[in-house]
Amino acid sequence: MPTIKELRQRFLAPLDPTLFNTCLILTALGLIVQYSASGSDMVKVLSQVRNLGLAFAAMWVMAVTPPHKIERVVFPIYVVALVALVAVALFGEVSHGARRWLHLGPLRLQPSELMKIALPLALAGYFEWRGKSINWRDFVVAALLLLIPVALVIRQPDLGTALLIASSGFYVLYFAGLSWKVMGGLLAAGLASLPLVWHLLHDYQRKRILTLLDPTQDPLGAGYHTLQSMIALGSGGLFGKGWLQGTQSHLDFLPEHTTDFVFAVFGEEFGLLGELVFLVAMLVIITRGFFIANEGSTPFARLVAGALSMTLFTYTFVNMGMVSGILPVVGVPLPFLSYGGTSLVTLFISIGILMSVHHHRKLVKQ
Amino acid sequence: MNVGVNSARLNLRLEGWRSRLLLTVLLASFLGLVGRAAWLQGFHAGFLQQKGQERYSRVIEMPASRGIIRDRNGQPLAISTPSESLWASREDVELSAEQSRQLASLLHMDRKELDQRLNGGRGNFVYLKRQVPPEVAQQVMALKIPGLFQQHGFHRAYPKGEETAHLVGFTDADDRGQEGVELAFQSSLGGLSGARRVIKDRAGHIIEDVESIRVPRPGKDITLSVDARIQHLAYRELRNAVAVNKAKAGAVVVLDTRTGEVLALANYPDYDPNNREHLSGAQLRNRAITDTFEPGSTMKPFTIATALEVGKVTPNTVIPTGGGQMTIGSNVIRDTHPATALTVSEVIQHSSNVGAARIALSLPSETLWNMFTDVGFGQTPKLGFPGEAGGRVRPYRTWKPIEQATMSYGNGISVSLIQLARAYTIFADDGVLKPLSLTRISAPPAGRQVISPQTAHEVKDMLELVVKPEGTAPAARVRGYRVAGKTGTAHKVSGGRYTNRYVASFVGFAPASAPRLLIAVMIDEPSGASYYGGTVAGPVFSNLMGSTLQLLGIPPDDPGSSAFSVPVAKPTASEDT
Repeated sequence: MPTIKELRQRFLAPLDPTLFNTCLILTALGLIVQYSASGSDMVKVLSQVRNLGLAFAAMWVMAVTPPHKIERVVFPIYVVALVALVAVALFGEVSHGARRWLHLGPLRLQPSELMKIALPLALAGYFEWRGKSINWRDFVVAALLLLIPVALVIRQPDLGTALLIASSGFYVLYFAGLSWKVMGGLLAAGLASLPLVWHLLHDYQRKRILTLLDPTQDPLGAGYHTLQSMIALGSGGLFGKGWLQGTQSHLDFLPEHTTDFVFAVFGEEFGLLGELVFLVAMLVIITRGFFIANEGSTPFARLVAGALSMTLFTYTFVNMGMVSGILPVVGVPLPFLSYGGTSLVTLFISIGILMSVHHHRKLVKQ
Repeated sequence: MNVGVNSARLNLRLEGWRSRLLLTVLLASFLGLVGRAAWLQGFHAGFLQQKGQERYSRVIEMPASRGIIRDRNGQPLAISTPSESLWASREDVELSAEQSRQLASLLHMDRKELDQRLNGGRGNFVYLKRQVPPEVAQQVMALKIPGLFQQHGFHRAYPKGEETAHLVGFTDADDRGQEGVELAFQSSLGGLSGARRVIKDRAGHIIEDVESIRVPRPGKDITLSVDARIQHLAYRELRNAVAVNKAKAGAVVVLDTRTGEVLALANYPDYDPNNREHLSGAQLRNRAITDTFEPGSTMKPFTIATALEVGKVTPNTVIPTGGGQMTIGSNVIRDTHPATALTVSEVIQHSSNVGAARIALSLPSETLWNMFTDVGFGQTPKLGFPGEAGGRVRPYRTWKPIEQATMSYGNGISVSLIQLARAYTIFADDGVLKPLSLTRISAPPAGRQVISPQTAHEVKDMLELVVKPEGTAPAARVRGYRVAGKTGTAHKVSGGRYTNRYVASFVGFAPASAPRLLIAVMIDEPSGASYYGGTVAGPVFSNLMGSTLQLLGIPPDDPGSSAFSVPVAKPTASEDT
């Protein structure tokens, strides 16, 4: 009979303490700010607690699953996600002018969220499968694997998510050793095609970018979100107004204050100091992710860990950049702080995979 | 293969420099974020904090209640009750068909009209309805329609309605006086609105009351000189007379002869100040104050008084009246009832134009002009009322003899009814002219001696003859009281010519032994059986004076006259012109 201590040991063993403890701190911060942002709505906070329970469970499951077992299912998952995206394009629910949601019985899914994690896994799996004989053709195949879902998400239209999916895939290619010449070429081609891209953008998307240059141009329209969140941050000052004391969110000036713009609430109430605490914690998780990636047992494990760490960074940077008015408004939740089940579960799956890579790093050597 | 990777190295480690590069980018990005945050929260914080505060901290106006207008006995004539204005923010309004139906029925509005208010027009702000009773506003707010708000204010109500309409006037939707006393006394009636700082959310709801910046200062109450009971009687008599004589309009003024206070002032046509949806200019006119007319024979006493004052005549001086006809140049002056000669008293009693003209022509024009001007003709009465008319008395230097002659009996000169009423107080109060007052005063104001007490008494005695059976207005008698007065029947001038339309008037006071009340009646364009001042305006005077004397409990000074010897309705022997 194992003692309780042994059980606890067995339960905690796969959980990397650095990652786990930092996650706990960030999760607590998230709940605290959610309570304030929702207007002291216990129902909403409890619902987030339920999401967290689910997310932690998913994390543990991923952590105890060895990377080579994960590897076996990455292609099926990728295919499922791709099919779901096609299904969305065909029979998705239209909400706020975009076709992003899929109804499966009682479930309401956003397949693009699934793709955010499925794509890097699939690409890493592909490179692992190709093993030692990787050549330029593999990068073409990988690029196709990347571009098909991205194109589908762009069509929804959800440019923000598409860019995030593309970036998470790109990190895999980058770590897999994509040539500098190709990257340079892509960058040049990207810059050269900017006028064309601009032409292809929807009006609202162009407006968001223009707004960035001068949010006061249309303070009640396109510039509204950015202005209100900048005001919220600025109002916080160095030490913040204090928990539950933010006016921008509590008086309803700040839109989406529990989801995409939750950082503005956080900044208004906890000030620059609180933001630094959050950033340092995120930095701990991301650098820990890099460290784990470096000691990964297989190329798949390393590629996945590296890409997922970078994706975490991307989310954080894009969301905070948007809230503080240096990036256009795109619908990206802030890890740990934003309300929402899907994003929380995918986040903790990522953390779980990092833990798995760390926990199973010696398996190959054995 | 130059494109691709070294798979052996891939198998071992991620290329170190790739990780390091990314880490550098990552750290730089985070530093950028921190820098941006520091700029917003440190360097730029003051500005943004102020912007944030501007978004929620608002100063709202606290309307002050308007002063109450009361009559001299404390009866309210205009009061303010709390009311709500309902307004909407068009962008934020969301209402179901059911809510729209309920809203329309609560506000007594057409659904189409409601829809138009909410969806038509420019701008975001729109008043749905102003001056809604608080209980209705409460029901509307209970519908919890987003984007719908209420604003506190006051509703002005006029308990006496039409009776005091022209006198009291009314206010506009912003609670500012527009007519009558409401306008004349705006500065003291209107209070000073206060201000409060509050916190509002994005939808405009007040979340928190922060501080009071200025306490609203309510307006001051006003007590008028008017007696609501006399006003009621005056209004009733006037309306009745206008109807009976099929007249176009009319006005009545009641003065306290001892103080110069206006006890009643009524006009017809009238309007209901509580419901002013369909108003015409004619209804709005405060004729007694703003309209002038040629007074006709009511001017004669002033001509006579001038002659008495300068010692040109005595009441018993005989004036030759040339068989009721007199020629000046190419003009002929006629009397309705010709006589060869009349005493000065009889000129008044029978209202002889020839007699008055002859007396006037015996006086220097300047002396006559001085008298007219001394009693206030040609100048505004300075009641502070909107649109006060001064009338017209042409400068004496320009008078031709025929004009001086006709002016003596009130043609070629224009006055307002209230001017005429005030001027007559000199005969009631020993020759003293006092300023008029619309507000109640405790002590009589200082007056000005215009004619000697003796002249005043002599004219008063003549005026008493007017209501005798042989006079022009036996219908103006009052049972039990001695009455002094004068009739006036003037052709109306239209386009510079005299027409066959008339203004019938009567000005008189009682009790003649110790005058207390003066009443002036003017009926415009009577088109019934008669158009004479004595028969049209006389009965109004008689009824109103009789009931007012009784109301005020003024003792009769002629108990013997309890029975009339002459029926009121029958036209008398002599009529004025």
